[in-house]
Amino acid sequence: MAQPDDDIALRVQALEQALVAKGLVDPAALAAFVDAYENRIGPKNGARVVARAWTDPAYKARLLENGAAAIGELGYGGLQGENLVVVENTADTHNLIVCTLCSCYPWPVLGLPPVWYKSPAYRARAVKEPRAVLKEFGLDLPAEMQVRVWDSSAEIRYMVLPRRPAETQHLDERELAAMVTRDGMIGTATI
Amino acid sequence: MNGIHDMGGMDGFGAVVPEAGEPVFHAEWEKRMFAIAAAVPFALPFADDHLRREIERIPPVVYLGSSYYELWYHAIMALLAERNAFSPAGPQGANPPLQADAVDAAILAGATTRMAAPHAVARFQPGDAVVTRNINPHDHTRLPRYARGRHGAILRNHGTFSFADSNARGDGPSPQHLYAVRFTAQELWGPDASRRDDLVLDLWDAYLEPAS
Repeated sequence: MAQPDDDIALRVQALEQALVAKGLVDPAALAAFVDAYENRIGPKNGARVVARAWTDPAYKARLLENGAAAIGELGYGGLQGENLVVVENTADTHNLIVCTLCSCYPWPVLGLPPVWYKSPAYRARAVKEPRAVLKEFGLDLPAEMQVRVWDSSAEIRYMVLPRRPAETQHLDERELAAMVTRDGMIGTATI
Repeated sequence: MNGIHDMGGMDGFGAVVPEAGEPVFHAEWEKRMFAIAAAVPFALPFADDHLRREIERIPPVVYLGSSYYELWYHAIMALLAERNAFSPAGPQGANPPLQADAVDAAILAGATTRMAAPHAVARFQPGDAVVTRNINPHDHTRLPRYARGRHGAILRNHGTFSFADSNARGDGPSPQHLYAVRFTAQELWGPDASRRDDLVLDLWDAYLEPAS
């Protein structure tokens, strides 16, 4: 008996065949999209951006002024990052990104979103009880720190610039980039 | 549209549970569905506004029982039907399909919704007190229920962008100013929320009225 997963797999296969027959998609182009997002466009891009900002104050200033232009300096940009704004975590404020209406996410720097980011639980709760959600991620923020949630349901995509960990002065940009996690750039973790 | 997609503030969905390993795709069909949704608009132009409109029209029971790329499947099928893509005469006015060697450049070029709007007036400046309108349109909107009729303050003006509500309805982009608007957590969620915390939501000019 066919399982639900087989059913949707067959339906997508039939859709692709129909689109190819109508001359609306090229199968090789589909493979190229998959390759780009499976193998090249992911959180390593964002980590490089963060490490550059941690080590180059002028770059950090440009990144906070115009995120899309600054990631463009490192060769990143385009789909779902055309209008990127980078928000900085400080000693007083912790930022958290969500998209309640959809699952909008800054693809050029973080890749495609994880399943939990797209889940009803995260979308419903991150705006109303961000501190409870952060605790489930193991992040228990002090009451005196402000939590600022960014609901990116419109045309701007957001990325968090995490705080640079203490005692990392001896690390170079490449070593710092290796420390930066995807969740740190969503705001569900610190570095 | 007051649909199931408008989830901000709902209860009952349980804990946020990351999956093990977190693969980018979980099956071959997810890869192909993602890529179809990325490639089709080059042949049959549609905006994210239209894709989102169709996702939001999926009946709530189906929506909640579907994975992310299954929602995309339903929405793409609806958009293709709207454009008569599979009728014998075929879709009207389709462009040639995007070729594989053009994909990287297409990704990097993106598809911004930022648009010049020389006649659009910025009614608000950073720091201005505003109140969101209480609207309940049957169509696509980016003003979530939890933020309707709420007092906030303009944090910044992002510039002028295609207005999703208008574009999704088929009335054209009608670009207007888009603002980051800051609301206190207590304004949105009442006295039980933290006194320190706040939320920023990007809202078009048409959603806002001045507040004193």
